[in-house]
Amino acid sequence: MLLFLLRRIGVMLLTALCLTFVVFYLTNLPAKLETLAKTQAGSRISDAEVASWLERNGYARPMVVRYGEWLGVVPGWTRADAEGTVTGRCYRLAAVEGEAYVPERCGLLQGYWGNSTRFRAPVSDVITARLGATGMLMAWVLIVMVPMALVVGVMAGMREGSRTDRSLSTFAIASTATPEYVSGVFLIALLASSTVGLSPLLSSWGWIDGPVLFQGNARSAMEQITFWNFALPVMTIALYGMGYIARITRASMTEVMTQQYIRTARLKGVSFTNIVLRHALRNALIAPFTVIMLQIPWLLNGVVVVEVLFSYPGFGWTLFEAAVNNDIELLLAASVVAVVVVLLTQLISDVGYVWLNPRIRIS
Amino acid sequence: MEELGWLAIFGRMAVQFLPVWVAMALVFGLSITWRRRLGLYGKLFDSTIGMIGFGIVIFWLFTAVFADLIITHDPLAQVSQMRNVVPGTPLPNPDGRYEYYLLGGDSIARDVFSRMVMGAREVLRIAPFAAMISFMIGIALGLPAGYFGGRLDTGLTFVANLVLAFPVILLFFLLVAPEIQFTLIPTVMAGVLFLVPILFLMVLLNARFFTQPGKRNLYVGGVLVFGLWAYSGLAFNADPLGFWGISPNILNVFVAVVFVNAPTVFRIVRGITLDIKTRDYVAAAQTRGEGPWYIMMWEILPNARGPLIVDFCLRIGYTTILLGTLGFFGLGVSPESPDWGSTINDGRRLLTVYPHPALVPAFSLMSLVLGLNLLADGLREESLKD
Repeated sequence: MLLFLLRRIGVMLLTALCLTFVVFYLTNLPAKLETLAKTQAGSRISDAEVASWLERNGYARPMVVRYGEWLGVVPGWTRADAEGTVTGRCYRLAAVEGEAYVPERCGLLQGYWGNSTRFRAPVSDVITARLGATGMLMAWVLIVMVPMALVVGVMAGMREGSRTDRSLSTFAIASTATPEYVSGVFLIALLASSTVGLSPLLSSWGWIDGPVLFQGNARSAMEQITFWNFALPVMTIALYGMGYIARITRASMTEVMTQQYIRTARLKGVSFTNIVLRHALRNALIAPFTVIMLQIPWLLNGVVVVEVLFSYPGFGWTLFEAAVNNDIELLLAASVVAVVVVLLTQLISDVGYVWLNPRIRIS
Repeated sequence: MEELGWLAIFGRMAVQFLPVWVAMALVFGLSITWRRRLGLYGKLFDSTIGMIGFGIVIFWLFTAVFADLIITHDPLAQVSQMRNVVPGTPLPNPDGRYEYYLLGGDSIARDVFSRMVMGAREVLRIAPFAAMISFMIGIALGLPAGYFGGRLDTGLTFVANLVLAFPVILLFFLLVAPEIQFTLIPTVMAGVLFLVPILFLMVLLNARFFTQPGKRNLYVGGVLVFGLWAYSGLAFNADPLGFWGISPNILNVFVAVVFVNAPTVFRIVRGITLDIKTRDYVAAAQTRGEGPWYIMMWEILPNARGPLIVDFCLRIGYTTILLGTLGFFGLGVSPESPDWGSTINDGRRLLTVYPHPALVPAFSLMSLVLGLNLLADGLREESLKD
């Protein structure tokens, strides 16, 4: 088990290294650096001025060296100008963090994440604040999605081929066929529009005070989360992710229900409810567990779409803003966070699968 | 003129879709008549769910094919005074154009109905081909990885997991950015990715016909000539005859979508291969002295077709969702493009006041993906019955 864990972590670190290099390469392409120079030093500067700006800011050196600096394994560049004042990568980054001491190496590993050009604040502050907001969203999504998906899957799977099974399976298929940007649009039109859907009807009957039932914009949830401003984004993400988990649970449940020990329990005279709850459920939930963990990276997709659609300034929204505004350091940091989240969930799902499944754990 | 009621709107839309109905009736009539002779495809018509899914899919397919006959207005033309109008609004002065905006107008006064119809063409021009290329790549790499195992397997699996560990959306932001289009990256990736299908087909045919050099030379040579012709146009935009061509925008989207999909297909094919290579008929072929590529391509692959066909349907649906996501973020599409994702994106700004410009493409996209998923479900059920 320990060896397995060590090997998994080794592969994970190698993967992280490769992925961050790819991200670094793609965000530091010459064309992107040129755009950066133009946004920082004025949009009408000539090509020669762009080149000298890049030279002065340490961008004109080989990609691998800059990757090393960014990671924090290579000492940061320094330069002394004509008057003898020394500037360099680490001088600038220490200033961003508000520290007087200038270290030799300043990169990701030392905790120097750089400065965001879009939000004009240290990247680490931006990321932590946004991650908190997204954590809230994800927590609610999981609270809504997982029980709903498991109930649907178990209900459908316990009697394969029944009418309940047919209708719940069709529902699960429909929910996987509706990506977030579609269900979000449907939900807003149905529940949060002042001209169509339910809201004008309820409003004319005098059942609700405001013009709309739910808020189509979740920005106010940053200060205070209420049911009315948070339900739609949560539902939008939960609906898309739910179908897949429900289908896996159903498949796993139908398989368990054909096992010998279920037949034995049935012949013993155990009631159907007890068979499902005490004998089948525990074995049927091993496969969905790994899927739920692997679903978290997929939720990240949904988070970006939903946060942009409902203008909820969380991590996904930040990623979008960083990509659109060519905010290289923020995009890099956000990518690292995203990649680490993905790899960690993969690790947890692998370890969890082994740990939950006695057949693998003992052998 | 009067504004149309919903009944009249649907009646007029049904009339516009006339070519689609005729084509669908033909396909269904012929298929149901001969369903016993059509193998798995024919069996699809025994399952209600599969038939519904198939119906929705060919509805959109024929809509894409006959789009020019169906549209009522130029999807890019703007008619003044028709900004954000509700469905069924008559044009102020038609002058020989169609008299109504059947599904209303969008925020810059274009016809929502015509854009929805042309959007089907945009989506179906990319999604099935992207899924097909992903499949060829996944198969061409997954078969040897599963069959030979060892170092090759470890290396390829590591690379596949690398791509899979990338959050899709991040990959899109990085890979479909406007700056990337001016670099060599999409061209190089297209050069590699599009080469695999040609190699795949050549190996496939060579493994089968290498004992008959005459036939082999004809088939492999044909694939090589035709493949390289298409390859020069699609990957490098350098087709000498100018028949194959692809705009850098679309190429970039295409490459990104294939890149995201291929590793999943690879994993599926590898898994199936690991399972099938222990079967008796593979051992029999090995004893006969067949080469490894013959066994992979003509013994293992045909026996893996069931799950692969099902996954192919799902993958087209997933690709459609990915294309919609790209359009939703305005990545890699021209701003005027009528594809569903970017139309939803355009419509979402005024969503709470004028929902119809976003609802129409949203509903179209959902129905197409739902149709593909139902089709896949029907196929899975029918293929399990054997």
